[in-house]
Amino acid sequence: MILLNHLWIVLALPLAGAAINGLLGRRWPKSAVNSVAIGSVALAFLAVAELVREFSSLAAAQIPWVQSYFTWIAAGTSTQSPFRIDFALQVDQLTVIMMLVVSFVGLLIHIYSTGYMAHEEGYYRFFAYLNLFTFFMLTLVMAANLIVMFVGWEGVGLCSYLLIGFWFLKKSAADAGKKAFITTRVGDFAFTVGILLAFWTFGSVTFGDMFGKAAQMQPDTISHAGVLTTICILLFIGAIGKSAQLPLYVWLPDAMEGPTPVSALIHAATMVTAGVYMVARMNPLYSRAPIALLLVAIVGAVTALYSATIGLLQTDIKKVLAYSTVSQLGYMFLGCGVGAYAAGIFHLMTHAFFKGLLFLAAGSVIHAMGGEQDMFKMGGLRKKIPVTYWTMLIATLAIAGIPGFAGYFSKDEILDAAHSGPNANLWLWLLGLIGAGLTSFYMFRLIFLTFCGKPRFDEHKVHVHESPKNMTIPLAILAFLSIFGGWLALPHLAGGIDYFSTFLKPVFTAYPLSAQAAVEASAEAASPAMSVVHALTGWPVIVAIIGLLVAWWFYIKDTEAPKRLAKSVHGLYVLVFNKYFVDEIYAALIVRPLLWISTNIFWHGVDERLIDGAVNGTARVARESGGKLRELQSGNARSYATWIIIGAVGFTILLLGVLGMVR
Amino acid sequence: METQSLLLTVITFLPLASVAALLVLRSDDHVWIRRIALAASVAEFVISLLLLRGFDSTDAAYQFQEFYNWIGPSIHYHLGIDGISLFLVLLTTFLTPLAILCSWNSIHENVKGFFVCLLVIETAMIGVFVSLDLFLFFVFWELTLIPMYFMIGMWGHERRIYAAVKFILYTMFGSILMLVAILWLYRHTGTFDLPMIEDFLARGVPLSPTTELWLFGAFFLAFAIKVPLFPLHTWLPDAHTEAPTAGSVILAGVMLKLGTYGILRFCLPLFPSAAHRMAPLIAVLAIIGIVYGALVATVQHDLKRLVAYTSVSHLGFVVLGIFAFSTISIQGSIYQMLNHGVSTGALFLAVGMLYDRRHTHEIKEFGGLTVPMPILMAFFLFIALSSLALPPLNGFIGEFLILIGTFQSHHAWAAWAASGAVLSAIYLLWAYQRVAFGPVTVEKNRTLPDVSHRERLILVVVAAAIIFMGVASPLFTRRMETSTNAMLQQMSDQLNRAQEANRRPAAAPPRVILPARSSHSALATFAERRVAQ
Repeated sequence: MILLNHLWIVLALPLAGAAINGLLGRRWPKSAVNSVAIGSVALAFLAVAELVREFSSLAAAQIPWVQSYFTWIAAGTSTQSPFRIDFALQVDQLTVIMMLVVSFVGLLIHIYSTGYMAHEEGYYRFFAYLNLFTFFMLTLVMAANLIVMFVGWEGVGLCSYLLIGFWFLKKSAADAGKKAFITTRVGDFAFTVGILLAFWTFGSVTFGDMFGKAAQMQPDTISHAGVLTTICILLFIGAIGKSAQLPLYVWLPDAMEGPTPVSALIHAATMVTAGVYMVARMNPLYSRAPIALLLVAIVGAVTALYSATIGLLQTDIKKVLAYSTVSQLGYMFLGCGVGAYAAGIFHLMTHAFFKGLLFLAAGSVIHAMGGEQDMFKMGGLRKKIPVTYWTMLIATLAIAGIPGFAGYFSKDEILDAAHSGPNANLWLWLLGLIGAGLTSFYMFRLIFLTFCGKPRFDEHKVHVHESPKNMTIPLAILAFLSIFGGWLALPHLAGGIDYFSTFLKPVFTAYPLSAQAAVEASAEAASPAMSVVHALTGWPVIVAIIGLLVAWWFYIKDTEAPKRLAKSVHGLYVLVFNKYFVDEIYAALIVRPLLWISTNIFWHGVDERLIDGAVNGTARVARESGGKLRELQSGNARSYATWIIIGAVGFTILLLGVLGMVR
Repeated sequence: METQSLLLTVITFLPLASVAALLVLRSDDHVWIRRIALAASVAEFVISLLLLRGFDSTDAAYQFQEFYNWIGPSIHYHLGIDGISLFLVLLTTFLTPLAILCSWNSIHENVKGFFVCLLVIETAMIGVFVSLDLFLFFVFWELTLIPMYFMIGMWGHERRIYAAVKFILYTMFGSILMLVAILWLYRHTGTFDLPMIEDFLARGVPLSPTTELWLFGAFFLAFAIKVPLFPLHTWLPDAHTEAPTAGSVILAGVMLKLGTYGILRFCLPLFPSAAHRMAPLIAVLAIIGIVYGALVATVQHDLKRLVAYTSVSHLGFVVLGIFAFSTISIQGSIYQMLNHGVSTGALFLAVGMLYDRRHTHEIKEFGGLTVPMPILMAFFLFIALSSLALPPLNGFIGEFLILIGTFQSHHAWAAWAASGAVLSAIYLLWAYQRVAFGPVTVEKNRTLPDVSHRERLILVVVAAAIIFMGVASPLFTRRMETSTNAMLQQMSDQLNRAQEANRRPAAAPPRVILPARSSHSALATFAERRVAQ
């Protein structure tokens, strides 16, 4: 029980790594920086593993396991509505999953980075930020109340800002970092108001208290939006910003300016999934706010399809993956939104494996190509970098949802829940299904353009080489997980149990809506699973294969076909190619007007003309009316001061006289 | 009669006493002038920490009181602090050594005069926070102006005379009105002593609603100019832009809080019903200030002017928290005063370090500074993050308490104010990016030296304060709570009484004019009793 009694150790390790490297690493050799950075995360992972072992021996009643360390914020403690926030951590099944994903994928990416970043300036800085990120991400998932969660939430945003702008000499990188931070802060504005409303409603922002109080309240219905719905929607807007959903997704594609390991860890595997985690964590509230839940599902499904369409036409290998991430996050929200929280978290986990792998493999490609990211300047890399090719292919099969690979199980569960679960919605299912087909298409497009066909680059100039071991081994491990990570749900196909959702079940059934609903929930879990045949020939599989075939047709068989198609639907092509001009629209409708108004109306208008004009005008009138006393106006500031004081006294006497008369 | 503690007198006048030591020195002996000023201000800080030891956070009354007759029977030398003023005194003694350190090499002319001004300001500001006699308060209040006026006017930048005159005109205008109100209160109550006036208004003859409104207005206007509350803020950007670094640190760090402190100390407890009546208007102005200040800050070209506008935005939060009249929000406001003092003071310190190197505040003169000065830029970012209220740093705690407290009674106010958090990220990160990131565009910047030992010491101290105040906030807030509660209680008691009086208009005499003499002597004996307790 060492770690259960000292949860803080898990956080202290990466924080110490960040502090040591950040303060001392500048003068150290790379090997020393490496051992601190990797050592701290490896120890954190071991600590998590030990924690999980200890956790498995806890009785159900002891979960969630909460530890409180010190009172962090306290005000109004003697009043009727005291505000007291403890620095408190908790562990339950959901936390366990998230901690494992964060620490393990984080560890692999730390190792990978020692190869990828080997020749970079500011090596120590990179690893200090990466460790700091691990610390904040673990804080986010281990928090026992909304405020501590918010610390992690903002902290990972800060690390994202620092790491996107890691190559700060490039203006585009610095711009992208700033855009990421500010866009997510727009969401955080609503998130903050959500916390305020939650405190006002429940008198506490500790998860246990909030959920307990919510369980005693009359739940909102689909036709009645009460305070629970408002809280859930406000918090969800925060998730929209953090997890890059419509309409606040615009920062994530730009975030690809950061080094590729950062894209893999922060902008694919972990940070961007914080919104999904938050919704799952708040499930007792969302389950009592059907309108908010429906909104989650709609935003998720629409984003899943929308950004998949943008992914179709991207030429930058990382941008394809970025839009793909936005789209996959949409699936996770769709899962949560139709009430299948476990499926959403399952997809979060498998996505961390295969999307982390996709980014790392893309990084390996970019590394091999000497920095080139345009897929149309690649081609035929299959033989030259075989490890990268095979691992990336596995990840592609996984994300496309080909049966047997991890993504198949998790995406299928989400679509299944959207199709026939308790909150099923056929329209949303259809959006998700089309998106799945598009996903398969753009991912195989990526594979074919990059690895197949003839090289479209000058082979004499670009020396293509496989990456070193410290990069390929993490690829191999993630490839393994991209296949077998989904098999936790395998017995489900044969009518057995889904280990993953069974494990998570206590989190999502701890606060049942009503006794009847509890019975239904357990009945649902016990209901016979879909048949193997049905599952393997289901719609998601069919559209995935269609997508694969079309990609094969377009990019292997008849490479002129895409151009012909683009010409025949030119307007649509231009619209999608330019990402629906959303960035331009935001700039024209929000950014520029705001800057113009601030400059010309507020600053030069109100401040300088109106207020200062009035002040200076008064001063001038006073001066001119005092014209007869001009000789006293020496222009000397001190003499003005004297006059002011004399004036003050005179004015006072005058006023006193007036007041006296009034009385 | 118990012997009175002299601690507050010592703290108040130690800087002034060390001025005497400075005056003895030859004016070209810069080394010793600096050393003595620094030593005095550090000693001052250490002594002021004694307040923490003796302070009883469960006692709502003024503590460390000193009471002597001063001028005539009605003007007293009366000092004392409570949970509201305690930390403001500490903030002053904390920032002054930093202001002295940051001026170490950047002041060349009339060095002696400069440090004399700084130390006189310190005495004056502490005097404002500890005075419990309105006359004494007013003397200290005015005393803060004159050295600051000289600091801007003599050691400032190009347009210093304009800025200094604007500063003094604005604040003097407010002071006059406040003086009138103070004299009026004296006429009404026969005393300048704050606790006695409080008692008189609470138990004696209440003010008529109209009079109360006028008096409230006179006090409030003086304080609102100082804060500054929108639309009375236009002196601030000019004053900051032209002031030397130390002047800006003191101005932003402490002087603006004289305004918010005054509101808490006088406007609320003395004129509660007027405060309640005006609260919606003032809250709206505060919210406008939050948003407006942030937006205007975003588009500034001058780094110091930008930071000045952020003060308008941040102080808007403080005023909003005060006029939400909840314990949590007022504790948040007091805490935010401290945070703003540390964080914005630190921002000015960092900007001043840039100025020492390049003699400009123009953002476009910088760019890519992370390359030559990684350490300074790292600290700059850290300070900016504290200023934009990133948890778990100090700014977050203050802002969040204000929002939580305000939200309890006014959802819309808090929601509007929360938008300030988005805007603060915009102006600070944009400015930071233009200063620190991108390629080095100006050739001169390529060879700028990174922080010296002295500068590093300054930055480490403020960074430590930022972290400490972020993680250990209850150490501060719990000492504020009793006084805050007592003040709110006093307000609501008075409000109830006023309502009672309105309900029975016949019983309450419409206008009672006490014979000045008799009330006078009655109160004098009352005061003696009070001190004797």
